Amino acid sequence: MNKQTTYRAIVIGASSGGLHALKRLLPALPADYPCAVLVVQHMSPHSDNYMTTMLNMASSIKVKEADEKEVVVPGTVYVAPPDYHMMVEADETISLSVDNKVNYSRPSIDVLFETAADTFGEQLIGIVLTGANADGAAGLRAVKNAGGYTIVQDPEDAESPVMPAAAIRLAKPHSILSLDEIIKVLLKPGFVLPL
Amino acid sequence: MEHQQPTPTENIELELLLQAMYLQYGYDFRDYSRAHIKRRVIHRLMQSGLSSISELQHKILHDPLCFEKLIRDLSINVTEMFRNPYFYKSMRQNVIPLLKTYPFLKIWIAGCSSGEEVYSFAILLKEEGLYERTQIYATDFNHDVIQKAKTGVYPIKYIKEYTANYQQAGGKHSFSNYYHASNDSVIFDPELKKQIVFAVHNLVTDAVFAEVNMVICRNVLIYFNRKLQNKVLDIFDESILPGGYIGLGSKETLQFSSLDGRYKTVDAKEKIFKKKIE
Ligand SMILES: C[S@@+](CC[C@H](N)C(=O)[O-])C[C@H]1O[C@@H](n2cnc3c(N)ncnc32)[C@H](O)[C@@H]1O
Repeated sequence: MNKQTTYRAIVIGASSGGLHALKRLLPALPADYPCAVLVVQHMSPHSDNYMTTMLNMASSIKVKEADEKEVVVPGTVYVAPPDYHMMVEADETISLSVDNKVNYSRPSIDVLFETAADTFGEQLIGIVLTGANADGAAGLRAVKNAGGYTIVQDPEDAESPVMPAAAIRLAKPHSILSLDEIIKVLLKPGFVLPL
Repeated sequence: MEHQQPTPTENIELELLLQAMYLQYGYDFRDYSRAHIKRRVIHRLMQSGLSSISELQHKILHDPLCFEKLIRDLSINVTEMFRNPYFYKSMRQNVIPLLKTYPFLKIWIAGCSSGEEVYSFAILLKEEGLYERTQIYATDFNHDVIQKAKTGVYPIKYIKEYTANYQQAGGKHSFSNYYHASNDSVIFDPELKKQIVFAVHNLVTDAVFAEVNMVICRNVLIYFNRKLQNKVLDIFDESILPGGYIGLGSKETLQFSSLDGRYKTVDAKEKIFKKKIE
């Protein structure tokens, strides 16, 4: 972990089993968490925003469905709306699109990770959690290539090991951790939080 | 294939490519969402085996076919019939009753892609007894999709999904009344085309299309930056008669535009607005 880097944003990708994982991870973050957090959780195109509402109620950090053209700010979790891809622009605003599915998914983790890597470079942390497909692997590699820090949930610890395993194979992440350890890292003084 | 780490140079190359496309062909993508454009351009780059955006630019300037391919990549035509059924249901409940008081109606469906949305409206208007006195202008800047829209023929594999959408949208009959199947396709009733004019029109570079009672423009503005969104919304505003309506995509809004305040919200969730009568 490079001590000089200040991380400004975290991207998280999750698929099956992700809701449980997010329900543990997001409530662990304080309201004034100094990073913006962007989340793609695969879900049915017809879902409503129940998941986001529920996560917001369970967390002290603000959790909201992303709006298009919204500026990404610290201390907020942006969840990709069902049936839209979520992208980060160079001016740190969010754009949405209804392009074809990527890896059978809309929203796709790769789309978020690749555009966020382009914008935040080495100030980005990418995390791939539980899931049963291979979305997120190429995206995590892009985060790493851009100088960002990469974490994958230990397949042993994940409800569905396929997605973490695919990300590990392709991206060779900096760390492979259990969900509890991921939470510890995100709260470790001197990493994202100040010393 | 892996795309190498983006560099500031690449962003300059992209800017120059968009400039070149505008100067050479008149298509202006400079105020589109840049992250989206970049993804699509890099996709084209990898498909064509070229190694840099500059190389692609050279090819595009000298090879119109290569330009055509890129245009296809840049115009995202993903669409469906009765997409977001509750939008159509809200139209039936909140807009149609007022439109029924008009002797003659004009509707502009902008960015209509291959026409699924247009036939959905034709069906809805028919069921509401309004179709015969309606003129629909359906436009898109992509020639291919307008040609496709004119045929009214769609792959049969989606029909189950469209039928479910139609029912959720408050459809009054059996959806199969409106088409007949032929091999892998469904052919929509040519009667539905009677009041529709399909035309190529670019929202970025062309002027107002017509004066209308309602504009439908869904999932097009999300591809534009705020400046271009405002410009296009101003064009719609110019086109919409007092008391007329505008319907947008589920994540699009009039907020932050010059129309905000001069339009009242008819359905906040389904993004339907009404121009105030001054
Ligand atoms: C994602 S589709 C939306 C189709 C349909 N309105 C719907 O919601 O299902 C976006 C459409 O906008 C069109 N489009 C993009 N830029 C345009 C422009 N400058 N002028 C006109 N149409 C444009 C594309 O060709 C594409 O067909």
